[in-house]
Amino acid sequence: MTKSRYRTFASALAVGASLFATQGWAQSDITIAMQLEPPHLDPTSAAAQAIDSVVYANVFQGLTRFMGDGSIVPSLAASWDISEDGKTYTFKLHDGVTFHDGTTMDAEDVKFSLDRARAEDSANAQKALFAGIETVEAVDPLTVRITLKEPNGNFLFNLAWGDAVIVAPESIENIKTSPVGTGPYTFAEWVQGDRVVLQRNPDYWGEQPALEKATFKFISDPTAAFAAVMAEDVDVFTGFPAPENLPQFEADPRFQVLVGSTEGETILSTNNKQPPFDDVRVRKAMAHAIDRQAIIDGAMFGYGTPIGTHFAPHHPAYVDLTGNSAYDPEQAKALLAEAGFPDGFETTLHLPPPSYARRGGEIIAAQLAEVGIKAEIINVEWAQWLETVFKGKDYGLTIVSHTEPMDIGIYARPDYYFQYDNPEFQKLMETLNATTDEAKRTELLQQAQRIIAEDYVNGYLFQLAALSVAKAGVQGLWVNAPTAATDLAAISWSE
Amino acid sequence: MSRNLILGACLSSLVVLAALVSFVWTPYDHAALNIPDKLQPPNARHWFGTDHFGRDMFSMIMVGARTSIAVALVAVGIGVGFGVPVGLTAAARKGSWLDELIMRGNDLVFAFPSLVIAILITAVFGAGAINAIIAIGIFNIPVFARITRGAALSLWEREFILAARVAGKGAARISAEHILPNVANLLIVQGTIQFSLGILAEAGLSYVGLGAQPPTPSWGRMLADAQTMVSFAPHLALIPGLAIIVTVLGLNLMGDGLRDWLDPRIRVARA
Repeated sequence: MTKSRYRTFASALAVGASLFATQGWAQSDITIAMQLEPPHLDPTSAAAQAIDSVVYANVFQGLTRFMGDGSIVPSLAASWDISEDGKTYTFKLHDGVTFHDGTTMDAEDVKFSLDRARAEDSANAQKALFAGIETVEAVDPLTVRITLKEPNGNFLFNLAWGDAVIVAPESIENIKTSPVGTGPYTFAEWVQGDRVVLQRNPDYWGEQPALEKATFKFISDPTAAFAAVMAEDVDVFTGFPAPENLPQFEADPRFQVLVGSTEGETILSTNNKQPPFDDVRVRKAMAHAIDRQAIIDGAMFGYGTPIGTHFAPHHPAYVDLTGNSAYDPEQAKALLAEAGFPDGFETTLHLPPPSYARRGGEIIAAQLAEVGIKAEIINVEWAQWLETVFKGKDYGLTIVSHTEPMDIGIYARPDYYFQYDNPEFQKLMETLNATTDEAKRTELLQQAQRIIAEDYVNGYLFQLAALSVAKAGVQGLWVNAPTAATDLAAISWSE
Repeated sequence: MSRNLILGACLSSLVVLAALVSFVWTPYDHAALNIPDKLQPPNARHWFGTDHFGRDMFSMIMVGARTSIAVALVAVGIGVGFGVPVGLTAAARKGSWLDELIMRGNDLVFAFPSLVIAILITAVFGAGAINAIIAIGIFNIPVFARITRGAALSLWEREFILAARVAGKGAARISAEHILPNVANLLIVQGTIQFSLGILAEAGLSYVGLGAQPPTPSWGRMLADAQTMVSFAPHLALIPGLAIIVTVLGLNLMGDGLRDWLDPRIRVARA
């Protein structure tokens, strides 16, 4: 028995040594870990960010795309012309682009994708992006003409979203389990509950990327995440779930820590239709009862930027309105008394799994208790959160990070889960959508930020930081997260 | 009295004392957040240090003892309250269909891994201390039912029970007046053991987030919260872990000691 154990040990050593030897050469594969596993792999029919984190710009491409700095650049469209009145966009497509199944990508596919996304029965999670489209015409195989109902200054930005990628009618049926796109990587396998593997596409129409193979691993438990990085089981962890561990990685020469900004406005969502939250004085009282810095320090270990409205601080049109809801428990108590709740009231606080919500929720519950509001903490899983809070609207308060870029428009949707119904704001959004002049847009956006801040629609907490840990040799990772994505083509190993 | 019993009783009463004192006094408000003071190691101001929200760990451990003891106590209560009458009935009707039904029912409950079912119950009916108590309590019922039945069966064969029957007492009365006092010793010992198991189960449930909900402190959740911080703030995990160990060890030692002390056979041998 001892002998055979020695033999096993020896062969394990040999295998280990040979692995080590191959690792010594320029590495051409990478293992990227993230917390959430995608429910399926079709970015055009679900809101789940995890889908985009795997397939955006890797498997699927749109006419335009986001870059790591947030800029919008051409992708499948080589160039475009915008008519004088701003209503007609004529896109010239790249020649020789094929889908992974060998079929050609042409104007008909673009028409199919956009018509599918904006159709009456479309399952697209961001149908509003396409609402302004009047017609999509395939002029010739490489030319697409899109006519809008109104000029839309945001149209090229809208087309860059993962929800607007180009898919083929030939492969649409099984897109959720075996996605077929035009990107530099093809889908290889998906072991549910564990990983998705992508392979470099040898027939890619653009420049060949450096990495041959990428494995996305899904590790939901923060402790396991820490262990996986420490043991070097994964090369990169994007959206690292335990900010308290980052100083240890920073101090370790094996790793690099990237701290950037996401589009995630982390807010205390408030059910605006549920009494007593239908009273603006109550919402204002809550806003003044919350100490943002304590939440950032306590829940995120200092990572995050305070916000006073639903807008990303790194955006040029951002207005700092944090002073509007400064921490002032005395004023909060006075406002509650004025609203008829001198002794506070009871409500529920639904908390989804991420630590910003669970930990932030404990802090907020304690802060609300200071002014007499008793918020009962209910910890929920994401599925339950979607069912009860997001769809059912059966909640008082909840904490969630809204990671879609430029999503202030959700406040113009009275049926959205926080049920804010303000015709003035809805009108403002209509005007904004029809405005193409940059200066005018900025002014309107700032006005919009002020309206929701002064209406105290939700408690505005902080902008979620983009926290990633990677081995020291990995380069080309996005520091900021202008959209959920892992741009594999940009990543490589340094020698 | 054995050394075990004394040591066990001391450790257990220490925990009970901490829980009782927490009703009137804790060094700090256990729920008061003080973020700038977070993650302090044990020191003169905070004897057990502070957690990731700057809460005083000593106060949290004291109040957490309350949660643990309350859950375990009520769970044992459920077990005794239902299990003992059921066991007595089964013994009194030995061999009847009722006995069969009761004992096979017990087997059924025993057949399930208790913590898994406890997780199921709390997952279906919602997480919280009350549901944790019920879930743990249900699994105490067959334990007490079996112990009671086993001991009662042999008692039913004894002469003094025969005398009572001859005197015209009914089965219910005999069970209450003669059988119960004679199985009480066993029940106390088993109760102590189940109590310690109850504390472990509560810690286990709250560790996976199904026990007492925040802001009520509970040892299991303190451990869970500490997980990602063990490498730089080990006291966060060590202190609630030690609290659980001390309590469970104390109760087990006490249970062992009690058994030796109360068991008539050993008592006779000693004398």
